[in-house]
Amino acid sequence: MEYEAVIGLETHVQLKTLSKMWCGCANEFGAEPNTNVCPICLGMPGVLPVANEEALRLTALTGLLLNGRITPFAKFDRKNYFYPDASKNYQVTQYDQPSTLGGFVEFELNGGMGRVEITRAHLEEDVGKSTHFDRFSGVDFNRAGVPLLEIVSEPVITSPDMAYEYLNALKEILVYGGISDCDMEKGMVRCDVNISVRPVGQKELGAKIEIKNMNSFSGVRHALEYEIPRQIGVVSKGGKLSQETRRWDDVTGMTETMRSKEQAHDYRYFPEPDLMPFVPDEPYIASIKACVVELPLARKQRFMRDYQLPASDAQTFVWDVPLGGYFESAAKASKSPKAVANWVINNLRARLTETKTTLAEIKFPPAALAELIDLVDSGKISSRIAQDVFAEMFNTGEAPAVIVQKKGLLQVSDTGAIEKFCDEAIAANPKSAEDFRAGKVAALNFLKGQVMKLSKGKANTNLIGEILEKKLKA
Amino acid sequence: MSTLNQLTAGELARAIRRKEASARQATEACLNRIRQIDGQVKAFLSYDEADALAQADAADRAVAAGEAAHRPLLGVPIAIKDVLAVRNQPLGCASKILEGYISPFDATVITRLREAGAIVFGRLNMDEFAMGSSTENSAYFTTRNPWDLERIPGGSSGGSAAAVAADECSASIGSDTGGSIRQPAALCGCVGLKPTYGRVSRYGLVAFASSLDQIGSFTKDVSDSALLLKAISGVDPKDSTSVPESVPDYAKALEGSIKGMRIGLPKEYMIDGMHPEVSAAVKAAVDQLQKLGADIVEISLPHTDYAAACYYIIAPAEASANLARFDGVRYGKRVDGADPIEMYSRTRGAGFGPEVKRRIILGTYVLSSGYYDAFYLRAQKVRTLIRQDFLNAFEKVDAIVTPTTPTAAFKAGEKSNDPLQMYLSDIFTISCNLAGICGISVPCGFLKEPKLPLGLQILGKPFGEAALLKLAHAYEQSSPWRGQKPPL
Ligand SMILES: [Zn+2]
Repeated sequence: MEYEAVIGLETHVQLKTLSKMWCGCANEFGAEPNTNVCPICLGMPGVLPVANEEALRLTALTGLLLNGRITPFAKFDRKNYFYPDASKNYQVTQYDQPSTLGGFVEFELNGGMGRVEITRAHLEEDVGKSTHFDRFSGVDFNRAGVPLLEIVSEPVITSPDMAYEYLNALKEILVYGGISDCDMEKGMVRCDVNISVRPVGQKELGAKIEIKNMNSFSGVRHALEYEIPRQIGVVSKGGKLSQETRRWDDVTGMTETMRSKEQAHDYRYFPEPDLMPFVPDEPYIASIKACVVELPLARKQRFMRDYQLPASDAQTFVWDVPLGGYFESAAKASKSPKAVANWVINNLRARLTETKTTLAEIKFPPAALAELIDLVDSGKISSRIAQDVFAEMFNTGEAPAVIVQKKGLLQVSDTGAIEKFCDEAIAANPKSAEDFRAGKVAALNFLKGQVMKLSKGKANTNLIGEILEKKLKA
Repeated sequence: MSTLNQLTAGELARAIRRKEASARQATEACLNRIRQIDGQVKAFLSYDEADALAQADAADRAVAAGEAAHRPLLGVPIAIKDVLAVRNQPLGCASKILEGYISPFDATVITRLREAGAIVFGRLNMDEFAMGSSTENSAYFTTRNPWDLERIPGGSSGGSAAAVAADECSASIGSDTGGSIRQPAALCGCVGLKPTYGRVSRYGLVAFASSLDQIGSFTKDVSDSALLLKAISGVDPKDSTSVPESVPDYAKALEGSIKGMRIGLPKEYMIDGMHPEVSAAVKAAVDQLQKLGADIVEISLPHTDYAAACYYIIAPAEASANLARFDGVRYGKRVDGADPIEMYSRTRGAGFGPEVKRRIILGTYVLSSGYYDAFYLRAQKVRTLIRQDFLNAFEKVDAIVTPTTPTAAFKAGEKSNDPLQMYLSDIFTISCNLAGICGISVPCGFLKEPKLPLGLQILGKPFGEAALLKLAHAYEQSSPWRGQKPPL
């Protein structure tokens, strides 16, 4: 019998806010332990939470970025469990009425497209971080109360690769939307993985096995690469799997049982009485909609479609959004967007790096770049001269046409003048002329170079070739 | 002439403003009184004499600087229930689990009292974590009723009520989750006000049941209630459940006649088991209100019978989560164990008293998977019905009048082994918290033998404190009970 895996992911992402979820403490990684704390995030007697509006806004925005919807009524609940890193021994989360519902993420997968439906994205608080020493344990509460977004996928993922690509796409969207920095090294993204296996064609799901607290996407992939064959191995030999929570061990490359269903927590959820429900109105939703940015995949596809760019160029403009924006301004003024992309990626970006200049500091407008390309395309200047004009534009901000005129850089297309340079070059290099006639084609290039030199780079390349050949063959 | 500690907060503030008395003299009068009688009354868990006097001196400097005109409580000593956070003072909720804990911040109510000029002092005894009706659940000692030291003062804010009744302070602050202000005020013969839920910020109040808790005052008369309410009310950015309703001038609202005001008598509150003298006293008070021009209307609050059951599900459920933070990890008592679970059970086993444990277990049970719908969810639905009963009634009447308690103060130990009997002493007060409305208890006479105070409860619309205070004030001014002092 053939088996298939059914995978769902719960991805926890720290939101990019200045302060924590319920208090004014800094949401900042790497501070000395227990320095970004106050009575509220330490759960001291008498404190009350006040919801961080920016976190609520980012959560709603995430819903839209993931093609989901903002719910008309969201509330917070208490999830009760005792653990030393939980300062109140309950976590405030959105249990049954989250801020957003539905949606999907699309991504490139094995040369085609993949798609994962999203169940919900809800807001909660992070907990502190325990450290175990020889004789005792310590808890750092700097992380306690940091706003945490949980994005729950539908159980529609079928392979480790699909899970991996989904996570990368999700991360790119969140970074793109300014939702989270998603810095894995700083623990800003953590995943719980739910896996079950079933015979192909069977509708009901197999026993759900959860792997908790994965902190890298490759870890998720590796854990799945281990766990799926393990589960299939058990059931195909007639064994039975039961619901449990497992732990992934990076070193051994295996998962192991953490707790069985019988040991599962009863979280005793109930509505958080210290916070009011969140009921967004139309203007609020409109203001969120106004913040929706183009998603990375859509941007890549659009650049490829609208400007006929190769995937690699389009990807460059997905990774570097401002550079992509600059490209678009120049490309809109140009007939050859591919040439614009080349200039922006190869020349402009290099110059910016060399001179430590930002896009905003560039002295010429994007349209000037289109103008420069036009001068080349229409044969007014040579590609070589264009490099000099570009350097001048970059330094002074002058329009390319002005530079060309001022410096007399117009391409020479006057056959009489070029013929004169060709005669001089042949006369000065009889050996090369001889070689060409003897069939050495490369010798022509040397002579072309000599003519170009004599014309101070202004001679029309095509004409040089034509005239030289005519003269040498005569 | 009365000594300064016997004056109402309003009278004292006026004397200080007119420089007829100093804040220091007033504070010393209270401290002297405490030294003299608190050994018997046992209202205070502790008090910081040096800090109180330093505040008094600061108040006197403020008077000299002319600040009295805009600080209505300047120089008035106000004592605080051990459930409210006061910076650099102990915060213990009368529990062993918080033994030695010092609060690093002021509750919003404390900040507001300080702004109004009050001298904020003392830690008043209470039932542990405000769970109880007699102060017998305090981990330290039982406060005594100033009218009869054999008897309890009520609870949970028993220390707050006894301290005011015994003139150990000008006024005090307490908290009311199911009657914890009104019931002890009635049993000790002072005025206790529970404002509308959301009227006063809960920031700095150690939560018992967050959706029911509200901070309020104990005072020697109704005009002091108005004075204190004005000082502590108003929306607070630190409490999301505080409501941005404007704060009226409650003192002004006391003026004028109550003629034409409609008062509802709920037929469901005429229960068996009520002491006949209590019924008689309430009846006399209603007659008095009628004489003053109020119209008396019989009303119905049909879901009254379910209030106690509803309350004893919702309050413990919230408490079970609110009290989870007392685990020995970050502050307070810790009894070490081999692992966190053992540390938790040892710490909480040693730190909480039996009533607190009982309610945590009850609350944990009603929230458990499989029981949630039958208990917690159903209780929330009943709660909505109870609130609707009141809102319907307030379509017809301006206020509702009931006894505050079914009996006068009972003897210490009389009910402490019977939690259900104890729970019944809040039977008239808990609906008000479930409905989120406001309520006040004013003295309405005495039991004849022994002489023990009785209370009249007036319940008002959400944010209808002005009408409530006006009625209470009119009744108080026309009653013969004003100014009677316990025989201490
Ligand atoms: Zn904090």
